[in-house]
Amino acid sequence: MDRLSQRKQGSHIHYGKWAYIFLVPFILAFFLFQFIPLFQTLYYSFFTYYDDMLSPTVGPTWSGLDNFKYIFTSSTLRPISFLGLSFGSVKFPDFWYYLINTILIWLIGFIPQILISLQLAIWFTDIKLNLKFQKIWKTVIYMPNLIMAAAFGMLFLMIFARNGPVMATLVDWKWLTNPIDVGNTQIGTRLIIAFLDFLMWFGNTTILLMAGVMGIDNSIFESALLDGASSRTIFHKITMPLLKPIFIYVVITSMIGGIQLFDVAQIFTQQTGGPSASSYTLMMWLYNLISNKENYGEAGALSFVMFVITAVLSVTVYKIIHPRINPAKDEALSRKKRIREYKDSPFTQAELANKTSLSENGVK
Amino acid sequence: MKKSMFAIPALLTTGLIALAGCNQVTPGNSSIGSVSGTTSSPTSVATSTEGKVLNIECWNNEFQGRFETFYPDYVKTVTDGTTSYDLLRDGTKVYFKITANDNNGYQNKLDADLKAQDSAAADDKVDMFLIEADYATKYTATDYTLDVKGDIGLSDDDVSQMYQYTKDIVTYNNKLKAVSWQATPGLFAYRRDLAKTVLGFDDPTKVQAALSDWTKFNSVAATAKTKSVFMLSGYDDAYRVYSNNMSGKWVNSSKVVTLDPQIKAWIKATKSYTDSGYNDKTTLWDTQWQANQGPSGHKVLGFFYSTWGINFTLAGNSDPNKLGNTGNVATSLYGDYAVCQGPASWYWGGSWLCAAKGTDNKGLINKIMYTMTCSQAVANGITRITQDYTNNQTAMNAIAADTTYGSAFLGGQNHIALFKESAAKINMSNAGAYDQGCNEKMQNAMKDYFAGTSTYAEAISNFESQLTSTYNGLTFDGTFDAAL
Repeated sequence: MDRLSQRKQGSHIHYGKWAYIFLVPFILAFFLFQFIPLFQTLYYSFFTYYDDMLSPTVGPTWSGLDNFKYIFTSSTLRPISFLGLSFGSVKFPDFWYYLINTILIWLIGFIPQILISLQLAIWFTDIKLNLKFQKIWKTVIYMPNLIMAAAFGMLFLMIFARNGPVMATLVDWKWLTNPIDVGNTQIGTRLIIAFLDFLMWFGNTTILLMAGVMGIDNSIFESALLDGASSRTIFHKITMPLLKPIFIYVVITSMIGGIQLFDVAQIFTQQTGGPSASSYTLMMWLYNLISNKENYGEAGALSFVMFVITAVLSVTVYKIIHPRINPAKDEALSRKKRIREYKDSPFTQAELANKTSLSENGVK
Repeated sequence: MKKSMFAIPALLTTGLIALAGCNQVTPGNSSIGSVSGTTSSPTSVATSTEGKVLNIECWNNEFQGRFETFYPDYVKTVTDGTTSYDLLRDGTKVYFKITANDNNGYQNKLDADLKAQDSAAADDKVDMFLIEADYATKYTATDYTLDVKGDIGLSDDDVSQMYQYTKDIVTYNNKLKAVSWQATPGLFAYRRDLAKTVLGFDDPTKVQAALSDWTKFNSVAATAKTKSVFMLSGYDDAYRVYSNNMSGKWVNSSKVVTLDPQIKAWIKATKSYTDSGYNDKTTLWDTQWQANQGPSGHKVLGFFYSTWGINFTLAGNSDPNKLGNTGNVATSLYGDYAVCQGPASWYWGGSWLCAAKGTDNKGLINKIMYTMTCSQAVANGITRITQDYTNNQTAMNAIAADTTYGSAFLGGQNHIALFKESAAKINMSNAGAYDQGCNEKMQNAMKDYFAGTSTYAEAISNFESQLTSTYNGLTFDGTFDAAL
């Protein structure tokens, strides 16, 4: 008899409760250190509450939505250009400017990251391909994740400096006549920060996707190969649909990390945010509000808004690629679909016209 | 998944800044204490129950270097796992807690520690901290700094030799709140070999005559361009010459920020230099700027510095391979630099020592403050070894009059004689508590304008928004809306 039926018969072997017991420490820690502070932050964002240098703390005094007003209405004159078209000087709201910076940098890094990681995951788990030295490959691509982002930022700052090795090499190869200062160009700064992000995380993504692919039963792949399916068909019809849960996890966690992009941008732009603050992310703004300005109300407002954005985006992404994981429902729906297809096919139509074999097959 | 690591970038920046400003103070080969003068011991505040740990907070290792070379009770530096401390003869441990200045990092740490002083354990309390000109008044106007005479016990006689302005700026309610070991007259350090190329001569008096005001300075810049020599290294080099001659404070008592005409003059001059190709487009402290002071960088005629920068930064950068004076500018510029006053009279910075409220080491602080800032013998030694201009008028006058004194790094020049006059005339009355943020953000914001990626209005708007993210309660007056 299996354990489930044992429990139903009132047996004293209860294994289910251990799951809850093991979950309790995490729930407790999450509640104390993340859930309650989240509400505290939201609470204080409705107050004027700051430290002005060495003076005694001001507040907390009720100020309603003033902090949120500051976050959304503070605006700066920016040189706006898009894909080469310049729109001149526009008084752009800071919050949207920094949000666009953050999302842009994240996307530039993430799209190559997910494509390359997916490709690598497929290659590493392909039974036909059977790549050699896999252990070494996996270790090497994971290594950048071990280096602290701040150290990486510092390293790239020195590598791409005007008198650094990259510029020296490019001038040597005659690709450039004079070394350029990449930190002075919007596109250069954003690309390098996105590239660093990619470098640090593509190994992690590959390993996760590999774990997802290896979780798919091998017999499915083998039967597909026996049926003569090509690699592309296997990828589209078998791997991707079954990989969806892991894929969603990777996209959502990467997006959350992307919205919170801070250390690489802060170090690479030396805390300035790059030319025209084009690489100034939301988190850098939050850092300044908390560490320099020490304005807990405004910082609380900004962090709560970031939380809402992250939640909204996560739910949106989830809904877009959400797989139907209810097999019974799936089976019922697909059966209805098969019946519809069968009824609509030309052969069936012809037979209906003849009204001969259908009733023998039991189809109403 | 990714957590924001506030502390780690700050720590790493600290490490890099500390490395960038690494100085090599080699003690002992010049004559210390050969000048006769009062070497009386300090009037000490005797306390038998002093702590055995002294915590000193600072933003770089400049003072630590001076301390280790010149404090007589210093025995050695001990590394204990990840921390290191200086051991004194009576067993006291001196910890230097360094946090870099960037983005107000040092002030934030200091403020947090001072506010937590009452609840900190005795050995964790801040005992001394350093402040610099950009934010000195912020601390001396509070109770967090102790009265150097009343609480620490230095006498009027002890501080009598200091330059008056170094005392005035840190005096609050008639109490002296800090002491400094240096006076910081501004200067222009130029390369002798390039001066010969551009001007035809390299003697400091003649060079000064050719650079004595901005008109002449600009015309020399044009000549230098024709000889493929940059006049200045970058955008921020001349900043302090203008900003430390402002006619008022950055932020007045009603928290209104004003854009001084001197700052606008700097913006106009630098934009014109950048467009004409007279500078190498570097930012202060970046790797190209540091390289330009040495043999492997681009040819830059000179750098605006103050006396503390000569040993702390220029000497190291001029000779990165530590070859000494090779006489060959392709391998080392040690000995190739000379200094002159430059186109304006100005000052740059300065560091003061403060005693923190709640310290348990008053007697030791008294001794340290006396030795490092009041003692004429130590002042003489610091100048002879590091070329720093020390805060002791008798010692400086003696060295200025000494015809045998010449700095090896400056090719034998007696630069102290040059600054005797200007050091006494420094006027720091417009220094305020918001200076560090304003100066740093202004230089950052204007970089876009100079490089051509922003218009002036956009750069000024960026400055305003960056400053609003740094300080509470500031408003901006009409000077920010006017055209350049």
